[in-house]
Amino acid sequence: MEEKEETHAEPLDLVRLCIDETVIVKLRGDRELKGRLHAYDSHCNLVLGDVEETIYVAEDEDEDEDKPPTVKTVKKQSEMLFVRGDSVVLIAPFAGTTQ
Amino acid sequence: MADEIRNGTPGEEAQNDSRDPSGFLSEIIGAPVTVKLNSGIIYKGDLQSVDGYMNIALERCKEIAEGKVVRNWGDAFVRGNNVTYICADSA
Repeated sequence: MEEKEETHAEPLDLVRLCIDETVIVKLRGDRELKGRLHAYDSHCNLVLGDVEETIYVAEDEDEDEDKPPTVKTVKKQSEMLFVRGDSVVLIAPFAGTTQ
Repeated sequence: MADEIRNGTPGEEAQNDSRDPSGFLSEIIGAPVTVKLNSGIIYKGDLQSVDGYMNIALERCKEIAEGKVVRNWGDAFVRGNNVTYICADSA
């Protein structure tokens, strides 16, 4: 991330800089992918390698309805994944994120 | 073609900018912004760039839920179809 000060001509340049880097992709439906970005296009179709998919599931514990539901995470591993662009919400380089 | 005509009058460009939405967006490049998505999630950060799809690149991007920072994304690309609004934060 050495070009912090550089203003990108367009947002997809940020994605281009992530090629062959580990990225986190937020998807619709409370899902996230973490993996190495092999390819992307203008629709945000993505090809990711060594992917860890995290699915956030709200557990409904019906004994106490006042409490917010606890969130369970389900993880899945994939060797290679094609992601259709329309489910993409956000793409960020993993190196820059802090939980 | 309309763009060509407008770009042909550079003297009035600044005025035209503030009169059309994409002009507003290009005016606030570099400024701190709040971006709300259709899902209700709010992102705050410095607006790096926007394109015609309203795809957005944010620097120092923070995810806000229920008024609290829940996550720091650093640099982030947000796909335009998810965007409800972009707000230029004052000061």
